[in-house]
Amino acid sequence: MVTDADAAMDEFLVLALAAGLGLALVAAPFGCFVVWRRMAYFGDTLAHAALLGVVVGVAGGIDVTLGVAAVCLAVAALLASVRQGRSLASDTVLGIVAHGALAMGLVALALMETVQVNLMGWLFGDILAVGWGDVAMIWLGGGVMVGLLAMVWRPLVAMTVDEDLARVEGHAVARARLVLMLLVALVVAAAMKIVGILLVTSLLVIPAAAARRFARTPEQMAVAAAVAGAMAVGGGLWGSWRFDTPSGPSIVVAAVALFALSQAMPGRR
Amino acid sequence: MALVALHEVSLAYGDQPVLVDVSLAVERGRILTVVGPNGAGKSSLLKVALGLVPADRGRVERGAAVVGYVPQRLTVERTLPLSVRRFLDMAVPGRVSPAALEAVLDRVRAGHVLARQVADLSGGELQRVMMARALLRRPDLLVLDEPVGGVDMVGQAELYDLIAGVAREQGAGVLMVSHDLHVVMAATDEVMCLNRHVCCAGHPESVSRHPEYLALFGPRVAESLAVYTHDHDHVHLADGTVDGHGHGRGCRHG
Repeated sequence: MVTDADAAMDEFLVLALAAGLGLALVAAPFGCFVVWRRMAYFGDTLAHAALLGVVVGVAGGIDVTLGVAAVCLAVAALLASVRQGRSLASDTVLGIVAHGALAMGLVALALMETVQVNLMGWLFGDILAVGWGDVAMIWLGGGVMVGLLAMVWRPLVAMTVDEDLARVEGHAVARARLVLMLLVALVVAAAMKIVGILLVTSLLVIPAAAARRFARTPEQMAVAAAVAGAMAVGGGLWGSWRFDTPSGPSIVVAAVALFALSQAMPGRR
Repeated sequence: MALVALHEVSLAYGDQPVLVDVSLAVERGRILTVVGPNGAGKSSLLKVALGLVPADRGRVERGAAVVGYVPQRLTVERTLPLSVRRFLDMAVPGRVSPAALEAVLDRVRAGHVLARQVADLSGGELQRVMMARALLRRPDLLVLDEPVGGVDMVGQAELYDLIAGVAREQGAGVLMVSHDLHVVMAATDEVMCLNRHVCCAGHPESVSRHPEYLALFGPRVAESLAVYTHDHDHVHLADGTVDGHGHGRGCRHG
């Protein structure tokens, strides 16, 4: 006999699985570029700034995810323009923006006395709180984002090999870089609700890193990263349900376990 | 119109001058080699010519439709899975036929590396593959930044022969930076001696006797070069006879 509680639990899990798998598929190709182009700290910076987005969303009375996306896009555009200057090392700039934005977000949250925000939920994610709207947004929006990435895939791979060479060969390098940075910002915004601010980058980096040993072309690595990401989501949610652990960290633990396993397995070299 | 021409170009990084009033022109079928000590601005000159770095002053004109570029160094991240096949295929829009890939690798004597990962190549192999990639584009203009770095002695001579062949037979212009003074003097149409400004430029032999050139490279290097260029202003035919010996200004016999 199926009780109401069982049915609700089932729907929670189906929602969580649908959202998590969609995110894993979308994040995979972007995660590859994050690994290839050493953008892990860039992803972290966007994630830290995302808390400011939560504040903007709550204070502005708009959808929180919308606020996060807006702030992530703004920060990515800011970083893209700063990169041209080069008077400071890029990781120094990222350090200033990342922690400045996180601190500002925390201070602003404390000042908003009237609004209660579940800080733990934003820091570590709450995949069991996603609704069908979120799932639809991840699959549809994510599909559009992967489509846009495919359009600049060729110049992006070329400039990952060598930026000067790509420019000489006529690729629109600056445009491709900006598109990648903005799309990664959107991926971070979408992933935040599921794994949280502190763990967002792991969903980009770890599946791609686990996929590296099994790929001989950039595209193979993106596909393998999608498989690894999906396995991490599935395994993490199962563990979360089985052992009653928080879902976001459980997914990341599963991803790390997969990475360790991939290092122990014979690769294609 | 020249394939690439610089008119009194100046460039500075901060308040450090890198290029001062440099002019040059590369014509179809001609090889211009830039020599000079470390920090003379040779690579920067190529980047300005390619349009990768904007000049602070002066004019850059590029008439070449297709440019092949071999940078001084290429570092492919080990995290990026990339075969030589794919690396070559990226050089031109669309797909390159396997036969064309084999053929171009044969030209640079690297026929065995097609299935290897770029990150696993040795320095000399990578240099040859980069040259193959530039040739695959069927360039009007080849821009080469020390194209034989890391290549063994025999391979160096072969690659310079190949470069000369591309200029002579395909009519491409070549703008090249090189440290191999001996080979440069023998295989180039024009030499420019650069030390932020143009010390001297012209026919290899006249440059090798120029006082500024001697001051830059020292009399020992310069002397060995003078002998070398004298020995090689003629062509040895396959039967051992000598052909095309023009008595140039540096010729001290006959």
